[in-house]
Amino acid sequence: MTGLLEIESLTKDFGGIRAVDSLTFRVREGGITGIIGPNGAGKTTVFNLITGVYRPTTGDIRLEGVSAVGKRPDRIVALGIARTFQNIRLFNRQTCIENVMTPLLQRAECPLFSALLRMPRARSVERETREKAMRLLAAMGIEAYADARASTLPYGLQRKLEIARALAAEPKLLLLDEPAAGMNPEETRSLADLIVRVHDEFGVSILLIEHHMDLVMNICSSVVVMNFGALLAQGRPDEIRTDERVIRAYLGKKKRERTAAEGEESHAGACR
Amino acid sequence: MDYILSVVTLAAINMVAVLGLAVFTGFTGLFSFGHAAFVGVGAYASAILTYYYYVPFFAALAAGSVAAALVSLVIGIPTLRAKLRSDYFAIAILGFGEALRVILENLDITNGARGLPGIDQFTTLPIVLACLAFSVWITRNFLRSRYGAACIAIREDPVAAEMAGIDLFRTRLLSLVLSAFLCGLSGGLLAHFLSFIQPVMFTLVQSTQLLAAVIAGGMGSVTGPLIASFLFIVLPEALRVANMWRLVAYGLMLVLIMIYRPQGIMGYQELPDLFRRKVSAK
Repeated sequence: MTGLLEIESLTKDFGGIRAVDSLTFRVREGGITGIIGPNGAGKTTVFNLITGVYRPTTGDIRLEGVSAVGKRPDRIVALGIARTFQNIRLFNRQTCIENVMTPLLQRAECPLFSALLRMPRARSVERETREKAMRLLAAMGIEAYADARASTLPYGLQRKLEIARALAAEPKLLLLDEPAAGMNPEETRSLADLIVRVHDEFGVSILLIEHHMDLVMNICSSVVVMNFGALLAQGRPDEIRTDERVIRAYLGKKKRERTAAEGEESHAGACR
Repeated sequence: MDYILSVVTLAAINMVAVLGLAVFTGFTGLFSFGHAAFVGVGAYASAILTYYYYVPFFAALAAGSVAAALVSLVIGIPTLRAKLRSDYFAIAILGFGEALRVILENLDITNGARGLPGIDQFTTLPIVLACLAFSVWITRNFLRSRYGAACIAIREDPVAAEMAGIDLFRTRLLSLVLSAFLCGLSGGLLAHFLSFIQPVMFTLVQSTQLLAAVIAGGMGSVTGPLIASFLFIVLPEALRVANMWRLVAYGLMLVLIMIYRPQGIMGYQELPDLFRRKVSAK
C-alpha cells in the first residue's frame, strides 16, 4: 500500500492532557478517507498537527515520504496539503474571487520589483490568476457571487468558497474539517456529491472529519476511527460499520444514541 | 496665497506618510505608535546628506527613504518573527520610536535637541505632488500583487492566511519596510520644505496623528486615509479664525467620525468604488 500521507506514532500533549496518543494510520493516494470519532477524540488536533498549526510532541507525519514535522504551515501547503476549517475561516472582507485568488497568487512567480512597478509580468499574472479563480468558483457553482464579499454569502456557500480557496493551493491532499457541520440532510447530500466531484475532477486525495455517518459511509473508501486520541480501527466503511469496538465506542448500541449525537451537532452549527 | 500653498504642501507631505501607515495598519492589520520615527529617520538622513555632503536633493530623498526602510528592519525582524500579537507589537514599536528620537537628540551630526537649521528648501508643491502620485501608484500596485493580497489575508485571518501558503513573518516585514520607506520619503520632503527639523517633531504625538488619520479615514482603504490626513492638516488651519477653539474642533471632528462612522470615512472601500456602485445600481 503506497501511502500519500503517513502518520506514525503521532502524539500530542497539551499540558497533562494527551490529545493524540501514538496514532498511526495511512492515507492512500487517490481515495477519500474519513476520520470519525466522538467529540474530543482529537480529530481536529490531528488536522492541526498535519498542517503545522501545532508541533507534535513525538511521532512523524510524512507526505509522499517527506516529513512535515517542524515545518511552517505555509511550507506544508507548498508540500501539497490544503485544508478547510471546522468554524469557517474566510477572508471575510474580501470578495469571493479575491479569496480564491490569494492562494493562487502565492503560487505564481512574480518578483517584488515587477509587482511594485506593475510591469507586464505582473499584469499577465493577475489576468491568468483571475481566470483560474473564476474557473474554481464555477466548479463550486458560486461564480455568480464572484464580486460579493465573502461574509455576505449564506453559510452553505461559504463552505463551498472555503473548499474553492483550499483547492486554489493546488493540493495533493485536501483536508476537510466537518464540511457538513450545521447542514440539513438535503444540503449534506449535495455536499457529498460535491466532494466526490472535487475528488474526481481535481484528482485530489481527500481526508475528512465528519459526524454525519451517512456521508462518511457513502463516499469514503476508507475510514479511520479515533477514540481518546488513539486509533480504534481503520478499514472500509462496511468493515467499520460492523466492527464491535467501533459500535461500542462511537456509533452507540442503539440508534437512539446516534440521533442524539447528531442533534447535538446541528445545534452546535446553529449556534455559530 | 503663499500661506495656502504651504498648507497644501504640508498636507500632501503628510499624506505620503499616512499612505505608508495605511499599508501597514489598514491593510496588514498591525497597529503602530512609532511610525513618526521613520519620518524622522527619513528627514534626518536626507537633510544630513544635502546639508553636510551636498548630495543632490533627489538622491538624498531616495537615500532617506531607504534609510527609514532599513531602520524598520531593526525593529521588524525581532518583533515580527516572534509573531507578537497586534497590541503587543504596537507597544514594542512605540518604545522603538521613542528610542530613535532619543538617539536623534544625542547625536552630534543631528545637532541634538536644538535641531538642524538652514536645510536647503528644495521641496516644492509640484515635487510633493509627484512624490505623492508615485507613492499612491506604488501602493496600489503592491496591494494588487501577491504581496498585497497576502497582507490583506493576514489582516483578515492569520491562521487561514498561513494555510493559503502565506509566510506571516516575511509578509508582515515587507509591509513594514514599504510603509517605513514611504514615511521616510515623507520625512525627506518635510525636512527640505521646513528647512528646519528637530527631534520633537517626530514623537509619539505625531505617530498617533498618523494612526488617527488611518483609522478615521478607514482601515483597508487608500483614499480614505488620504482624505482624512488632508482634512486633519487643512481644517485646523482653516479654523484659525476660531482661535483657541480650533484644536477643540479638531478633537471633536475625530470623536464624531468615530461615533458616526466607526469604520472610518471610507472603511474597507475606495472613493472610486462609491461611484461604480451607484452606476451599477441604476
